Amino acid sequence: MLSEMKKNLYPLIFLLALAVFPFLAREEYYEHLVILFMMWVIIGSSWNLLAGYTGRVSFGHAAFFGSGAYAAGLLTYHYGISPWWGMATGGLLATAVAFPFGWITFRLRGAYFALATLALNEVLKDAAKIAEPLTNGMVGILIMPTFSSKLPYYYIIMAMMVLTILCMRLTVHSKLGYYFVSIREDQDAAESMGINTTRYKMISLGIGTFWTGLAGAFYMNYMGFIDPSVVFSLQDISIAAVLVGIVGGAGTIYGPAVGAFVMIAVQEFFRSGFFGVFKYFGDKTGSAAFATLSEFVKSAHALGFGLLVIFVILLLPNGIVGDWGKIKKRVFRVKTVG
Amino acid sequence: MDVFLQTLVAGILKGGLYALIGMGMTLIMGVMGIINLAQGQLMMVSMYITYVLFSVFKIDPYLSLLIAMPALFLLGVLIQRQLLNPLMKVETILPHNQVLMTVGIGMVLTEVIRFIFKSDYRSVSTTYSNQTFFLGHISFSVALTVAFFIAVAFTLAMFWFLMKTDLGRSIRATAQDKDAATLMGVNTARITVITFGLGSALAACAGTLLAPVFYIFPDIGGPFTSKAFVITILGGLGSTVGAIFGGLTLGIAESMGPTYLGMDYENIIGMVIFVLVLVFLPSGFKRLTKI
Repeated sequence: MLSEMKKNLYPLIFLLALAVFPFLAREEYYEHLVILFMMWVIIGSSWNLLAGYTGRVSFGHAAFFGSGAYAAGLLTYHYGISPWWGMATGGLLATAVAFPFGWITFRLRGAYFALATLALNEVLKDAAKIAEPLTNGMVGILIMPTFSSKLPYYYIIMAMMVLTILCMRLTVHSKLGYYFVSIREDQDAAESMGINTTRYKMISLGIGTFWTGLAGAFYMNYMGFIDPSVVFSLQDISIAAVLVGIVGGAGTIYGPAVGAFVMIAVQEFFRSGFFGVFKYFGDKTGSAAFATLSEFVKSAHALGFGLLVIFVILLLPNGIVGDWGKIKKRVFRVKTVG
Repeated sequence: MDVFLQTLVAGILKGGLYALIGMGMTLIMGVMGIINLAQGQLMMVSMYITYVLFSVFKIDPYLSLLIAMPALFLLGVLIQRQLLNPLMKVETILPHNQVLMTVGIGMVLTEVIRFIFKSDYRSVSTTYSNQTFFLGHISFSVALTVAFFIAVAFTLAMFWFLMKTDLGRSIRATAQDKDAATLMGVNTARITVITFGLGSALAACAGTLLAPVFYIFPDIGGPFTSKAFVITILGGLGSTVGAIFGGLTLGIAESMGPTYLGMDYENIIGMVIFVLVLVFLPSGFKRLTKI
């Protein structure tokens, strides 16, 4: 009972901190970062259910993210239906895209699924570019945001994030979750135990893509603008989703949250030129060297991202949460008893 | 009829080069069981090597094959030794750690090149870049035709190497059954390193041959990576003969698409083929050729 409480304590404290955060940091920039962070928690968690728990790595989560975003955007654009209705259709459309796709690819073993997701991502991106009458092609879709303040979005995405994590926890700790893990560990063994592996892989895919689609629809609402190269981006969405899962720790509930935090932090770290440290020194000393250094760092944010992928896989193959014991031992020199 | 023949010829010429990229990827796939998602980026690096050699030292692209291929071989060896082999021993939940690693490597390669050369379009404009000659009514691009024959030569050399030499046999043995190969005295760790080097060198060959024809920019790697894996899947994972057929098929399909459907369809057509193969012929052409 006590350990059960302790397990829930940290996330609850963290959630409380998130809830009061907008009142403490009264600056839109930080609110924006936290909103993005929470959106990535959702995407990372849904990727994690599929990859970390069921062992089917998706390299093309942008396909589902983009489907959700377009579902919300197109309803508003063509029929004037509130994009918030699109939230529901966004999740459903992403799942609808995922089902026939899973039905084809789950029959195959090995790397096929991972590659097929990559291909799906590219197909949908090209399709969105070509189908101009429907999607406006490369011009993209622009809708008026519902709220002018960021606060409503903040609490909406927070509620979505809480729901996602609760859904993941319920799923993982139910019979379903054990089926998923058994498929990940040994598909043949799972099958011989009488588990219909294709069906459970489909369920895992369905849940995972639903939440990703919702996140996509939220993105449409929040940003007010999408185009194919943004929402179907291989690097910024698909690979980022993989990174969030890997950095935090695949196969852990709170791993994606940690991973999303690290990713947003690293991204802003580079984008703002080490939080403006170089610019500050440049202004102080008046030397141009710091200014050029600052520009250098800013243009290197994708490089930093790539290096992060390499180092995490090399040093922390199970992610920060998954390798927490290792980190404690190495970095903090804490000796574990026994 | 002329239009059809012209499209077919253009497709076959392009397909020969695709086969080269696909063969590199399928070799790596066969031996290590991973898809190398940095294949296109390795090709991009060799294009830049060619570009530098051409614009600074005035070395002809075909001569720079002799520099670009060994350079990329070394780069491949380094990547495999330092980044991919250490992952083999690590116990992880995810089965695709090495594939993710190649994604990271691809990103780093692209960004390093962007850092050095910026995102500008560059070109290696030789005297033969835009030359064509005619056979009947069909025009042939000089650069692509020469590239095609060099690609064929390299493909044949590769086959001879895989079939007849000791090292080639060891590579095939490792691809067939790693444990058995180890028991027979093959140093499989060394074989994987050599294979990755060879795969990169083949990509370098394709990159250098394509440099006079294509614009060069850092993001050109990504599309070629996806072409390469479509070829690999088409041919059947790990099958070298399959990769050649896969490359030719993709080349022809890609040149038929724009001619008969419209320019927008060039990229999507490869993906459509990919999905069709997944549905109807999951093990690719390998199933038909039995090699």
